[in-house]
Amino acid sequence: MSIDFQMSTEQVRGPVIQVQGLEKSYKDLHVLRGVDFDVARGSIFALLGSNGAGKTTVVRILSTLLKPDAGTASVNGFDVATQAANVRESISLTGQFAAVDEILSGRENLVLVARLRHLGDPGRIADDLLARFSLIDAAARKVSTYSGGMRRRLDIAMSLIGNPPVIFLDEPTTGLDPQARLEVWQAVRELAGQGTTVLLTTQYLDEAEQLADRIAVLHRGRIIANGTLPELKQLLPPAKVEYVEKQPTLEDVFLAIVGDVGTDSKVGAASPDGTNN
Amino acid sequence: MTKHFFGDTAVLLGRSLRHIGRSPDTIITTVVMPIAFMLLFVYVFGGAIQTGSDKYVNYLLPGILLITVASGISYTAYRLFLDMKGGIFERFQSMPIARSSVLWAHVLTSLVANLISLVVVVLVALVMGFRSGAGALDWFAVTGIMMLFTLALTWLAVIPGLTAKSVDGASAFSYPLIFLPFISSAFVPTESMPGPVRAFAENQPVTSIVNTIRDLFAQQQVGADIWIALAWCASLLIVAYGVAMAIYHRKIS
Repeated sequence: MSIDFQMSTEQVRGPVIQVQGLEKSYKDLHVLRGVDFDVARGSIFALLGSNGAGKTTVVRILSTLLKPDAGTASVNGFDVATQAANVRESISLTGQFAAVDEILSGRENLVLVARLRHLGDPGRIADDLLARFSLIDAAARKVSTYSGGMRRRLDIAMSLIGNPPVIFLDEPTTGLDPQARLEVWQAVRELAGQGTTVLLTTQYLDEAEQLADRIAVLHRGRIIANGTLPELKQLLPPAKVEYVEKQPTLEDVFLAIVGDVGTDSKVGAASPDGTNN
Repeated sequence: MTKHFFGDTAVLLGRSLRHIGRSPDTIITTVVMPIAFMLLFVYVFGGAIQTGSDKYVNYLLPGILLITVASGISYTAYRLFLDMKGGIFERFQSMPIARSSVLWAHVLTSLVANLISLVVVVLVALVMGFRSGAGALDWFAVTGIMMLFTLALTWLAVIPGLTAKSVDGASAFSYPLIFLPFISSAFVPTESMPGPVRAFAENQPVTSIVNTIRDLFAQQQVGADIWIALAWCASLLIVAYGVAMAIYHRKIS
C-alpha cells in the first residue's frame, strides 16, 4: 500500500516540517509559548485550535512571512529564518482570505503565478488546473464575479502551480457553504494522494477528523495534544456503548434537499477516479 | 536582489497595467479635477488675473500638470493598499520571487498611469487654446521633469499605501499636495501676494518646477529655477524612497 511506501521514505528523509520551541509575542500578547511538532512527508497534518490560538501565526512563520522570537523551524530541510528563499521554493501558502486578484480572470491569475514561479508554458499549466478544479466555464470571467467556493478552488489551484512539496492551508473552509467545503476537502485529499505534504489549520473538529493523518491541538500558544485520531481518542476513557437513534444532521438534510453535490459535477471532476475517498 | 528581479517586475507590472486597462475610470477621475480647475481658472477667474503672458492657459498649464500628478498618485497608494489588505500581497511574499519587485511594479505602473493622465490634460489644454513653440528638446525636458516629479511623489504615495488602516487613509494624503500649487506661482504671480505668503510661495518646490516648465514652454531662458526644481525632486525622491523601503522591509521581515 502507498502508506507503507510513504513511511519508508519518511524514515529515509525525516520529517518535512520540524518545529521546535517556537515563540512569538505581539507586545504583551504571548501568541506562541513554545510550539513543537513534526510533520511527516506526504501526510495531512491538521493544526486544530479555536480563534486566537496562534494557528495563523505558526503558518506565517513557516511560510517566511514572520520571524519567530525564539525557537527554530525548518521546512523541506531548510531553516525558515536563514534559508527563507529555499523555503519559498518548497512551499505554497493559501492564506485565510482568498489570495486572488479580483480584477483578473481566473485563467490570468493562474498564468500570473506560473510566470512568477518561472515555469515554461504558463498557459498550458493554467488550462490543466482550470480543468482539474472545474473552472473552465469561468476561466475568462473576472474573479470578482466568482462565488466563495470557486474563489477558494482557484486559490488552492494557484497554490499547486510548480508542484511545491509542502502546502499550507490556513483555515481553507472558513466561510464556505457545505458544498464548497466538500469540494475543498476533495481537493486536499487529492493533493495528499499525490505525495504533497499538507499542513492545514482549522477550527472545525470534523474537518480535522475527516482529512488529517495527524492532529495537533494548539491551545493558548502550546500544543496540548498531538497524535492520530485513534491516539487522541484514547486520551479519553474507553467509549461506552449506548444505543442512540441516528438523527440526520442538519448537514445531511441540507445536502439532501439542495441536491446531491455530485450533480454539481465539481467534486466528480476534481477526482475522476474517485481515489482517496 | 535575486536574479529574477527584472522578469518578476515585468510580470507584476503587466498585472497592474491590466488593472488600469480594465478600470479606465481611474484615469478619468484623476484628470477630472485638474481639467475642472483649468476650465474654472481660464474661463471664470482668468480674466481678472494679470500674469503678463498673452494667454492665461499658457501660464496655467504647468501648475495644472503638477495637480494632475498629485491627484494621480492617490491611486498608487490605493492600489498598493488593496494588495496589502487582500491576501495577494502575502501570496507574492511567500513565493520565490524578488521581493522588491512587488513594490517596483506599483511604482512603474504609477509612472505609466500618470503619463497617460498628463497626455490627456495637455490635449484638453490644446483644445482650450494652449500653444507652445517648444521644440522636441524642450518637450523632452518637460517630460523628464514631470517623470522625476511623478517618481518622487509615487514613492511618497507608497508610504500611506503600506501603512494606511483604511482606503480613505490611503488616498487622503494627496489632498495637501493637490492644494500646494495654489500657494505658488502656478495660478497667479507671487509678486501679488502679501509678504509671508509670498515668502512661502517662492520657496516651496512647486514654484520652481512650475517656473521651469513655463519657461521651457515659452522657449525662454531657463534660469536657476531648473536646478532648484531638480534638487527638490531629487531630495524628495531620496527621502521618500528611503522611508518607503524601510517600512517595506519592516513589513516583510
